Amino acid sequence: MLCDSCKERDSVVTLTRSSADGVVTEEHLCEKCAGERGIETHLTQPKQPLTDFIQSLHKQLPASQHDNARCSFCSGTLRDFRNSGRLGCPYCYSTFEASLRDLLRRVHGNSKHLGKRYQAPQPALAEGATVLAELRGRLRRAVEQELFEEAARLRDQIKVLE
Amino acid sequence: MTLDLSLLPDGGVSWLDASGDHAAIVLSTRIRLARNLEGFAFPGRARDGERLRVLSRVREAIDAAPSLQHTLLVRVDDLPAEERLLLHERHLVSRELAGLDPQHPVRSGAAVFLGDGTGVMVNEEDHLRLQTLRSGFALSEAYATLERIDDELGVTIPFAYHQEFGFLTSCPTNTGTGMRASVMIHLPGLVLTKEIPKTLAGLQQMGLTYRGLYGEGSEVVGNFFQISNQTTLGRSEEEIIDQLMYVLRSVISREEDARRVLLRDAGYIIEDKLWRAYGTLRYARSLTFEEAMNYLSGVRLAVGLKLITGLSVYTLNKLLIFSQSAHLAQAEGRALTESEASLVRARYVRQLLADEAGTNG
Repeated sequence: MLCDSCKERDSVVTLTRSSADGVVTEEHLCEKCAGERGIETHLTQPKQPLTDFIQSLHKQLPASQHDNARCSFCSGTLRDFRNSGRLGCPYCYSTFEASLRDLLRRVHGNSKHLGKRYQAPQPALAEGATVLAELRGRLRRAVEQELFEEAARLRDQIKVLE
Repeated sequence: MTLDLSLLPDGGVSWLDASGDHAAIVLSTRIRLARNLEGFAFPGRARDGERLRVLSRVREAIDAAPSLQHTLLVRVDDLPAEERLLLHERHLVSRELAGLDPQHPVRSGAAVFLGDGTGVMVNEEDHLRLQTLRSGFALSEAYATLERIDDELGVTIPFAYHQEFGFLTSCPTNTGTGMRASVMIHLPGLVLTKEIPKTLAGLQQMGLTYRGLYGEGSEVVGNFFQISNQTTLGRSEEEIIDQLMYVLRSVISREEDARRVLLRDAGYIIEDKLWRAYGTLRYARSLTFEEAMNYLSGVRLAVGLKLITGLSVYTLNKLLIFSQSAHLAQAEGRALTESEASLVRARYVRQLLADEAGTNG
């Protein structure tokens, strides 16, 4: 059947419309004319389906005053995340919990983990040193970022452990 | 440091041996788990020293893990670009870990522990990417292996885990189980019968996604599709795997139907097309990688349809890997320009097919 619009090419889609008073009209269109009406007739194959999807989601995340909140561990912000698509550290999940819960629901349709449960091993005494090294690293970072309140808090924590 | 993959059993490609289920259609099954260490920034944000400390913690944990004895540690950050590309072509490391894109140069502390069919990438997008690769359609077996490795490492190193969100990952698309289960499947029948868009759209409706031969961002070549779960949160690992198995069984049977239809309705046209593909591979003097992949796809279909006999799927699998540029360069012992690589590739393909098929056909 020829396209109802250009009367040149074969029609590939049938556009069915029903008006407010219940009258149904059918229009047979070729690929080109359908495209001009905004109807996709073939499956688009994005090169990076998942990445494209995520980036479109990031753009939907409303910009807000939370954008300037910083993660106390890695000093990353939601804006950094929106730009790179990646979070800075595990603690970002607590810092931006509400925004991320919302994002996780949109990406996965759910924010509740139903898979394997996990209990991290209790840090042994020998690991006290590692914890201290971590805290010192965070202190250095906080000072660099001029987050002085955070730095003071970390300094106190380090004192206790020492 | 020089890379010596001969230290690995089968050079790390035992999954090419076509021993698995449905091996003529399903090339391989791969599952990976993303894990991160508590107390460290993710690799993209971490400093050099932090990533090196992550690597040394992982190394201790691997030494203590019974399933990961006899693994080979490859410091990817010490390798020249061509050897990093070789690892990637062999599907042992991701593009990101190999630092192949200018926007993601190789990171200090980037490493991979390689075992027989298993690997642990360190300092990729996440601290740890545990993976297993199996021949054919073998999702349950691949997961069983991986879960054991995950348990053994998780008792030594504390993984970042959240009661509500599950395993925490650098990109929220992996949060929860951190699992991506994928199957590399060859679908020339569905492509030739033009059924493929419908099949792919169906996959997406089922929450699955597809990529090309090299994972994220890669294009579909040679009619190979990598089909995997898209979401990682809100379903258990078993549910994800069960669903993928269910859908893939149906894709496999649709592919088989399409092949029957092709033979029934277009018998001599298909037969001619496939023999021409074989003839080109047997006698061409220059082949680009894309050409080789497309003809190999035809020959693979011909073997599946039993039009060509005496040629093993294993040989076809080997051709997929060893006819890539970095592999050809390694075999020649020197860097090759693109046109030199096409000549070397055609010679390699001719030799392998001649050895295998003898006077067949």
